[in-house]
Amino acid sequence: MSAILEAKNLSKSFKNFKVVDSLSFAIGKGEVYGFLGQNGAGKSTTMRMLLGLMFPDSGSIYIDGTEFNNSRRHLLKNIGAIIERPDMYGYLTGWENLRMFAALSGKKVLPAELHEVLEIVGLKGREKDKVRAYSQGMKQRLGIAIAMIHEPGLLILDEPTNGLDPQGITDIRNLIRSLSRDHGKTILVSSHLLYEVEQVATSIIIIHKGKKIAEGTVSELLHPDDTLIEITIEQGGALQAQISNSAWGKFAVQSDARILTFKMNPALIPELNKWLVEKNVAVYGINTRHSFESYFLNLTNETTAADRTV
Amino acid sequence: MRQLLQIELFKIFKRPRTYISFGIVTAISLVIQLAMLTDGKSYMGFAMQGLNEQFDIHGNIINGYFITYIILQSLLIQIPLLIALVAGDTLAGEANQGTLRLMLTKPISRNKLVFVKFASSFIYTVALIIWLAIMTLFLSLLIFGKGDMINLKSDTFIMILQDDIMWRYAAAFGFALLAMTTIASLSLLLSAFADNSIGPIIATMGIVVVLTILSNLDLPLFNHIKPFLFTSHMIGWKGFFDDPIPYAAIAQSAFVLVVYTVGFVAITMLYFNKKDIKS
Repeated sequence: MSAILEAKNLSKSFKNFKVVDSLSFAIGKGEVYGFLGQNGAGKSTTMRMLLGLMFPDSGSIYIDGTEFNNSRRHLLKNIGAIIERPDMYGYLTGWENLRMFAALSGKKVLPAELHEVLEIVGLKGREKDKVRAYSQGMKQRLGIAIAMIHEPGLLILDEPTNGLDPQGITDIRNLIRSLSRDHGKTILVSSHLLYEVEQVATSIIIIHKGKKIAEGTVSELLHPDDTLIEITIEQGGALQAQISNSAWGKFAVQSDARILTFKMNPALIPELNKWLVEKNVAVYGINTRHSFESYFLNLTNETTAADRTV
Repeated sequence: MRQLLQIELFKIFKRPRTYISFGIVTAISLVIQLAMLTDGKSYMGFAMQGLNEQFDIHGNIINGYFITYIILQSLLIQIPLLIALVAGDTLAGEANQGTLRLMLTKPISRNKLVFVKFASSFIYTVALIIWLAIMTLFLSLLIFGKGDMINLKSDTFIMILQDDIMWRYAAAFGFALLAMTTIASLSLLLSAFADNSIGPIIATMGIVVVLTILSNLDLPLFNHIKPFLFTSHMIGWKGFFDDPIPYAAIAQSAFVLVVYTVGFVAITMLYFNKKDIKS
């Protein structure tokens, strides 16, 4: 897969404090690339460098194989971005903001295309309202509309679900999936919410204190044995004691009256399900998710401990 | 470039804050015009004390031209603040509300953006000076009528015939535009250094006030630097109401103001080109 974006040994310091430290990564065309790190890990600074908002102390950035600093304006025509909050002109309407930034994007955008993108982000019917009257979620959606109005191949979205309610988070997550799947966009999406990135990303890079500590596809990074399996049942009761005394006890993580949680390889699900049926337990649903939270914390703690040792 | 300028002007003139300046100019003009309408004769009597004993002056002395000159003398001290309200906000205001970040993710050259910000501030300044001309000159002529203009100085007075005045005002407003453009470029420069617009607005006024005091202090220490201060040249418009008109001095003042303006814009471009956008 050819790299649409490549960062080589990027470093950036503020007053002798190294925020980004020799960071390198490459994003293939069509990927949704999760950029993970705790608050202050250097995600936003890296993204600002990728967009030319900040200048790296050293290192270089290539977009479609072209050095970014030499062709910034030309390359930005194929990039759409939201960095941190999607701040817009509150005294202008959503339509005016969108039309204005569309004009700045270097591509002639027709009114029909503006309507289409408003439809995609779910703001149709609210475009005549002043942006100051928008909710955070609506601003976020307008920000994404502004980022994609000129149909860029690469979208850089910095914490796009920040400040959103659960419905808003789901909407943005679905939108990112749709942009990748239906519109073929390459997306670099950052977050400190690990579960969020895991939901949408095909590949992930994790940075800590400006340094890369892990990179790979979701399946490469996460061991199947760390998968969390949630089983919804009719009623637990005495079942928990039976689980503890069985071979399944070592996989049990936590249980309440209706949801049993196991940490184990998903390949064992049919066997577990069979065992539950034999115990006359009615199974209503089985849900799997990776225990990425603990994976991430382990990684960052290891790095911090290593730093202390040094 | 044209499209970017249209967008900047659209933003400036869509924002309610822009019209505060026009409101202030209107209010001050109307207040002075009303005061002169009701109490102009006693003001003139006081101002021309001594002259009336030596000269026999007839005609419409409190005319539109004279009133305009009085208003301009007081207003051109406050106008820099009104210019700074918009020019000081151009970059810093955008940084403050986060839109600068969004703008610079678009394919726009930073030099072009600074130039367009300057050009839009200039156009705003033109609009304000035109409004000033309407509210002072045209409204005063409407209220007080025409007549020969007396330009009162500390030790003398100059009488300008009414047929010889209009072009002088056109030149004076043109010069005032140049002086205010220098203020706009200073505000733009300060705006590039800040991430909120209050700082550049206050800093612009601070610099103008301090340098104006230095320009007016008659101390040997400051006499050497006065010719190099842009504030010493901002009152060059008054030269058009002298007799004879000091063209050489006016040209020199205009040159200094142009040099300052170009310098401020150039420094803004140099700095802004290397600035990390952290806002």
